Amino acid sequence: MSEKFDCIVVGAGPAGISCAYELAKGGAKVLLLERGEYPGSKNVMGGVLYRKMMEDIIPEFYKEAPLERPVVEQRFMMMDKESAVTVGYKGMEWGKEPYNNFTVLRAKFDQWFAEKAVEQGAVLVNETVVLECIVEDGKVVGVRTDRPNGEIYADVVVLADGVNSLLAQSLGFHKEYKPDEVALATMEVLKLDKKVIEDRFNLEENQGCTIELFGDATKGILGTGFLYTNKDSLSIGVGTLLSGLIKHKIKPYELLEYVKNHPMIRPYIQGSESQEYLAHLIPEGGFKSMGRIVGDGVIVIGDASQLVNAIHREGSNLAMTSGRYAAEAVLLAKQAGDFSEKMLDSYRMRLMAGFVGQDMQKYKDSTHHFNKFPQYFEDYIPMVNKAASQMFTVDGTSKWEKQKKIWKDLGTGKEKMKLARDMYRAWKVIK
Amino acid sequence: MSEQKKGQSIEEKQYLVRFNADTKSHLHVKDEDICLTQCPDKICTIFCPAEIYKWEDIRMHVGYEGCHECGSCRIGCPHQNIKWEYPKGGHGIVFRLG
Repeated sequence: MSEKFDCIVVGAGPAGISCAYELAKGGAKVLLLERGEYPGSKNVMGGVLYRKMMEDIIPEFYKEAPLERPVVEQRFMMMDKESAVTVGYKGMEWGKEPYNNFTVLRAKFDQWFAEKAVEQGAVLVNETVVLECIVEDGKVVGVRTDRPNGEIYADVVVLADGVNSLLAQSLGFHKEYKPDEVALATMEVLKLDKKVIEDRFNLEENQGCTIELFGDATKGILGTGFLYTNKDSLSIGVGTLLSGLIKHKIKPYELLEYVKNHPMIRPYIQGSESQEYLAHLIPEGGFKSMGRIVGDGVIVIGDASQLVNAIHREGSNLAMTSGRYAAEAVLLAKQAGDFSEKMLDSYRMRLMAGFVGQDMQKYKDSTHHFNKFPQYFEDYIPMVNKAASQMFTVDGTSKWEKQKKIWKDLGTGKEKMKLARDMYRAWKVIK
Repeated sequence: MSEQKKGQSIEEKQYLVRFNADTKSHLHVKDEDICLTQCPDKICTIFCPAEIYKWEDIRMHVGYEGCHECGSCRIGCPHQNIKWEYPKGGHGIVFRLG
């Protein structure tokens, strides 16, 4: 390949495909490189795709995209060993246009989305690893791939190479991540009859439910589990900071088995059949782990730039928006014939001024805080379970007596102060 | 009532996954001696989600063919002793669903 492109996008995930789609639509000559056999073959997520950011790219995509179910109910389970306190919201408005979000299976969805970018005119080349960026006079001018004579040149290279972000790291944009900046998630897709899913999760046809799991799902380590409904399968998974697994010497697949066999979860998945097992990292260092995202001739987007809002399990939407903004910055640069960092910085400015940057900043201390103070997951979730059990167990004790007992169980005056301080701190890091 | 199998093993899980393994490994222990003499925990054998690292008496066996390419070992190795690359284009793990 000796021809030169306006832009090379490395990695066909939600960020890279969004970027390539918008660039091609804007008339740029764009090459989308993917190392897997097909887009999606290396990609993993729990499975929630947000409608708004996808529609910013392809309006009414839900009329043709391979989606699983529109989510009409979101539950949050605070789990102890043999109990759970559950809160949730179910609303019929989420079950009809324009929808809120959908469960998806990424190998199917990403292939479809990449085809859409190709329809717009992007050139997609699979089975190609980018080994490094070609840098001349401090400017990124292309990429070196693992194909014979694999140098390809472009005015701008967009790095959408995912959580490991080796290319940005080799450019010196960020340091190697530490075990407390990434979460290791494992998940399984479990085949289950459609009708059985709808009965168990109280759904009608073409309605979905998501359940986020806190507390005992991760044995008190910082992290979450999830259980999502697909058309005729369930996605179940658990993710914890890598540092947590190291510290507690826990095997991730044994933690996944623990969740699958938890008495609060087992009845949902009973009789299902495992179809696939997947492991992937999630960037969870947040705003403080973000490195440089713009340089001369280069832009970093999606997971590769740590764009994940862990508290709200959002990532693919941030990825898509970053891809779209990157494309618009490249198109502006193309118009001006200037591909310098200064010119491309319009990407960073827009990203940081919008919801992506705002949310990254809002939660900049959250992972660190909840990691530093394990009592939230280790102590307070069991406490809430115990209080609920006491309050709702009818045993002849008056409610006043019960309240007194619950108050007493919170501990000494000093311990109560600690609890109050922790609640205030938690509020501060997420407010 | 059909019963959910208790404690499905990692071997059973890995059996569900499609791999198109390259003929050579994309993962390398940089210095075998470090694993032997400086790393009593051998924590990679615990946290690797595919259990591809197995300690065999005096050396680390790396079953790269079953790697999910997640990157945990590169980041989690307490001695930064793992050289980690992507498998050749089109090789390695092939997810079909999730």
